[in-house]
Amino acid sequence: MKRFSVKIEVKLKPVVLDPQGKAILNALSGLGFSGISNVRVGKVVELNMEGKSAEQVSQKAYEMCRKLLSNPVIEDSSVEVKEK
Amino acid sequence: MPNFGILFFPGSNCDHDCYHAIRKILGQPCDFIWHEEICLEGIDCVVIPGGFSYGDYLRAGAISRFSPVMKPLGELAKLGVPIIGICNGFQILVESGLLPGAFIHNSSLKFVCRWTNVRIEDPDTPFTCLLDKGQILKLPVANAQGNFVLSPDRDNIEEWRIVLRYCGEDGELNAEANPSGAEDNIAGITNSRGNVLGMMPHPERGFESLLGSEDGRKMFESVISWIDSRNVAGKAV
Repeated sequence: MKRFSVKIEVKLKPVVLDPQGKAILNALSGLGFSGISNVRVGKVVELNMEGKSAEQVSQKAYEMCRKLLSNPVIEDSSVEVKEK
Repeated sequence: MPNFGILFFPGSNCDHDCYHAIRKILGQPCDFIWHEEICLEGIDCVVIPGGFSYGDYLRAGAISRFSPVMKPLGELAKLGVPIIGICNGFQILVESGLLPGAFIHNSSLKFVCRWTNVRIEDPDTPFTCLLDKGQILKLPVANAQGNFVLSPDRDNIEEWRIVLRYCGEDGELNAEANPSGAEDNIAGITNSRGNVLGMMPHPERGFESLLGSEDGRKMFESVISWIDSRNVAGKAV
C-alpha cells in the first residue's frame, strides 16, 4: 500500500448563480480592486488515503464526491492526488 | 384519526413546534421518532421538522440522509404515505433524493426570518386537498439556505410538481415576494405522486391568530381529511 495526499475541490456549476461570489465581487470593488469579474466560491477538502495506485485513489475520491462531498445537481468536483 | 410521526435528528429544533400544532391544537395522535428508528409501521403521516440537523455541516441536510430512518422513510414514500419536510426537512428530502433539486445560500446572503405569502399552485396533493388553486396562505420563513435551484437538471426531471410559490398579497409573482431568490419563486414541491412534500415556509408557525396567522392549519387539516377519507373508503394508504 502506498500513501497519497488527496485534494478535492467542489465548486458550483458555472450555470448556478453564486451569491457568495457576487458579494465578494462587490466587496472587492468597494475596496478599490478594479477589473474583477466572475468571482466563484468553492470548498476544498484535503485528506490522506492509502491505496494501490494514484488512479485507484482518485476513483475513490470521485466516489466520495458523488455520495457525500458534493451535490451533483449543482456542484462539480475535481480531484488531485499526490504520492507521499 | 391519523397517527403523525415527527422525525427528529441531532440539531432539529422545530420538532416541539410541530408537536404543539398537531397534538395540542389539532388534537391528533402524534409521536416523536428518533432518526435511528428502523421501523415506521403504523405511521400515517411523517413530519420532518426544521432546524439545523448535524449543524448544516457540508450542506444543509447532507449528513442526515445517512441516518437509519431514511431507509424505512423511502419505503413509506413509495407506498404513498404522506411525508412533509419543512425547511431543514425539505433540505433533507432533497439531499436524500426523495425530491429533486438543491439549495444554495439566499441571494441576500442573510438569514431571512419574515412573513411570506405563498400561492397554492397544485391543490391535488394530500397537503393541499382542502385548498383552492390560487389561494394564498400567510406563512413565515426562517432560513439561510432557502434558495431552491433546479435548473441544471430541470430538463431531465419529469417527476415533480410545484405546489407553493412565493407571491405578493394579490398573488402576483415577483422578486420582492421571494425571500431567498428561489428559482421561479418556488416555496414548495412534491414528487409526481404528490405524497412527498417539501416546503421552506413553516406551516406549524402559522397555527394561531395570536401569533399572526392560522393559515398553516389548512395544510394539516388537508392531510388529516385526505387520510381519513382513505380509511373510510377502506383503501390502504
